Amino acid sequence: MDFSQILPALPGLWQGMALTLQLLILAVLGGVALGTLIALGRLSHHRLLASAAKLYVNYFRSIPLLLVISWFYLVVPLVLQWLTGNPSPVGPFTSCLVAFVMFEAAYFAEIVRAGIQSIPKGQAGAAYAIGMSYGQVMRLVILPQAFRKMTPLLLQQSIILFQDTSLVYAVGLMDFLNTARSKGDIIGQPDQFLLLAGAVYFVSSFAASALVKRLQQRLAI
Amino acid sequence: MSAMIRINNVSKWYGEFQVLTECTTQVAKGEVVVVCGPSGSGKSTLIKCVNALEAFQKGEIIVDGTSVGDAKTDLPKLRSRVGMVFQHFELFPHLSITDNLAIAQVKVLGRSQDEATEKGLKLLNRVGLKAHAHKYPGQLSGGQQQRVAIARALSMDPIAMLFDEPTSALDPEMINEVLDVMTELAQEGMTMMCVTHEMGFARRVANRVIFMDRGQIIEDCGKEEFFGSPRSERAVQFLSKILQH
Ligand SMILES: Nc1ncnc2c1ncn2[C@@H]1O[C@H](COP(=O)(O)OP(=O)(O)O)[C@@H](O)[C@H]1O
Ligand SMILES: [Mg+2]
Repeated sequence: MDFSQILPALPGLWQGMALTLQLLILAVLGGVALGTLIALGRLSHHRLLASAAKLYVNYFRSIPLLLVISWFYLVVPLVLQWLTGNPSPVGPFTSCLVAFVMFEAAYFAEIVRAGIQSIPKGQAGAAYAIGMSYGQVMRLVILPQAFRKMTPLLLQQSIILFQDTSLVYAVGLMDFLNTARSKGDIIGQPDQFLLLAGAVYFVSSFAASALVKRLQQRLAI
Repeated sequence: MSAMIRINNVSKWYGEFQVLTECTTQVAKGEVVVVCGPSGSGKSTLIKCVNALEAFQKGEIIVDGTSVGDAKTDLPKLRSRVGMVFQHFELFPHLSITDNLAIAQVKVLGRSQDEATEKGLKLLNRVGLKAHAHKYPGQLSGGQQQRVAIARALSMDPIAMLFDEPTSALDPEMINEVLDVMTELAQEGMTMMCVTHEMGFARRVANRVIFMDRGQIIEDCGKEEFFGSPRSERAVQFLSKILQH
């Protein structure tokens, strides 16, 4: 690798990585929050709600992420305009974030659902018996235990999402990969930068996975 | 005597399967009633209907004047006034013993954290476990966990207590420490409905014994009568089986 070419590009690459991480963190937080609501919907005794939640999960798990990203890029500004009444230009970052949150929520929902179901039924029974409402039972007793168990799976899904954020090139967002590619194109040496980007994705994902495995072992004890 | 718990003609189905058939009984204030019967006879289901952990389709249950089956009844409020102790303790494993005792006092009754902690410690002292306040449920033995579970139920100042086989998941050497706490409660005048096969406890503490089989209340009488001359053959068989152990 020719570091004399790469060194000057580092600040730009870091900016790209900052965008990638920002998108990742916000998408995970939003996706887990929405996914939790959907999981509660799926487990609800209210049949309509349960079916709607199931439909949501199955729908988003049956279409490609790239399609969702491209589609939301076109749709989100229109929806916002319709909601607020005036044209509201949203950048590709916001539309991508909405796309990721909604798409990932379908996957997080299944993890959260399995987590909730792994808590023995008697726990909810005891929480209701002592006078808690449904919201309190979930918030104070079931979800804290479920999230503890699910943390490794949620992190694993987040690592997949970390890689999938690179799909934002489709709407021209300058994330880490897209930045690396364009830097390489400018100086006519795309291979150098793509190799570097590959190494960065590999090392960070691999290290994160290893950490998750260790966490999983510790939680299993 | 005024009935604290009144169960009138209660029937319940799981789909096609009738789990309770026209059950009728009552528990007076301060009375201790033991419910026994073979496994699967509907004992757990019946006492879970009392605090609406299970719904029933026919009949009515009145707890301290409040109809449990009434759609307008505030069920969380009703449940907060009726303590329940489970076979598998069901302490909250992610909370310390102190927090297990305080959480519902704070979140359901609106007591302050300090007040709730203090009350929890007092009850913990009463069941002989004050030294374990900072621990987590997983660090305690089964008998200790069950005593904490009783203390947790008492922290809500219940008007009655329901027990669902509180000692059947315990190693034999731990059964008595739990029965002792229950006996003390009974002597203090707590209204209690206990599903248990501890016939020694029933003989010592119960006022009445209910025998259930296949979803029906077969016997419902004073303990002298139940142990002296049970009328139904099934109760006789059940007693002879259980007393052999
Ligand atoms: N959720 C349920 N769905 C269907 N059947 C159930 C359910 N819960 C309990 N039953 C059945 O109801 C009967 C009574 O159960 P239960 O009240 O737990 O009996 P007991 O406590 O006397 O052992 C049993 O035959 C059991 O299989
Ligand atoms: Mg039972």
